[in-house]
Amino acid sequence: MDGFHDLGGFQGFGKIPHTINSLSYKTVFKEDWEHLAYSLMFVAADHLKQFSIDEARHAVERLDVRQHVGTTYYERYVIATATLLVEAGVITQDELDQALGSPFKLANPPHSQGRPAITGRAPFEVGDRVVVRDEYVAGHVRMPGYVRGKEGVIRHRTTEQWPFPDTIGHGDKRAIHQPSYHVEFRVKDLWGDANDNGLVVVDLFESYLDKVVAEQTVTA
Amino acid sequence: MNTPTPQQSTSTPGERARALFQVLKSKDLIPDGYIEAITQLMEHEWSPENGARVVAKAWVDPQFRELLLKDGTAACAQFGYTGPQGEYIVALEDTPTLKNVIVCSLCSCTNWPVLGLPPEWYKGFEFRARLVREGRTVLRELGTPLPSEVTVKVWDTSAESRYLVLPVRPEGSEHMNEEELQKLITKDVLIGVALPCVP
Repeated sequence: MDGFHDLGGFQGFGKIPHTINSLSYKTVFKEDWEHLAYSLMFVAADHLKQFSIDEARHAVERLDVRQHVGTTYYERYVIATATLLVEAGVITQDELDQALGSPFKLANPPHSQGRPAITGRAPFEVGDRVVVRDEYVAGHVRMPGYVRGKEGVIRHRTTEQWPFPDTIGHGDKRAIHQPSYHVEFRVKDLWGDANDNGLVVVDLFESYLDKVVAEQTVTA
Repeated sequence: MNTPTPQQSTSTPGERARALFQVLKSKDLIPDGYIEAITQLMEHEWSPENGARVVAKAWVDPQFRELLLKDGTAACAQFGYTGPQGEYIVALEDTPTLKNVIVCSLCSCTNWPVLGLPPEWYKGFEFRARLVREGRTVLRELGTPLPSEVTVKVWDTSAESRYLVLPVRPEGSEHMNEEELQKLITKDVLIGVALPCVP
């Protein structure tokens, strides 16, 4: 989905609040509840097997935009875990409201049931020129919007395969396993000549890509 | 025309986290010691000092360097750095004309066992939005200006590969041993926003 989470290239933000090599990271959790965001997600995903990490990502994406902007990182994962556990029927909205003493606002419902991967194609090879499929997906997708329809070159095909995020991100265990590809794009192809003359490599599942067929001169 | 006002929450984030904890605990769904064990991993065992050991070894041991670049997962596993978010590790080799930098524009994916959990600024909207569009400017603002002959290569962690940057061993470090070299490699060096330098 083209949500607020898909931040690559979004303009209007100021300086990054960081000084290089500052040691602020050494207190990993800044507040005494923050560890619960990940540890409760692990309880629900790993121990109770109620959802995959892709579903947790999708639940964060489903946060209402105003709520997304107004919450801190760890809050969003608390809300995501609570949302998925309510949707799974493990806990109820009432139980959360009662424990909190006020309404516990969850993420919005999904807009899609997900979609299957493309199968039956030959894998791509290193050096292949590929184009990111010009698709608008209502559900979970791991293709950043800024590469949609853009051409790049494959630099690596993963030796491992993973369940297709657009399927497993909706809890659909029929998800087909696929490799992903490190696709290199030129910054000027993504953002125009006015910008930096650098490179961006995006890790893209096979189903997000098509091979670019070189135009051939037809001779009679 | 009235627009609906979003429901205002009167609770704090900490209260909401504890409410979720309390509901799960009351249903006996949290095993004893589970949260403590995972928190120990997150706070102490997943650390950039792990990545520093990997990079320092790659600087002094050509065979290890070759393995790290060919199969980062196997190389890091030699140190025991495996587990969640460290299942497919790829080391990104800097050269005198190439600077690699890591981001996750969609969320916060990071090589946990080798770099530690991502810091706040890395997960923040500014870094995620700006790096893929104006990498060189972002590096300069952070304090790492690069000459024009150095290409900035940004790696967006959008699937399951988990990266670490293998920087160029800095000038002046020739006399340093592996343990001394480790101290030059910070969390920011592993992410790629800083260069290692000899004090």
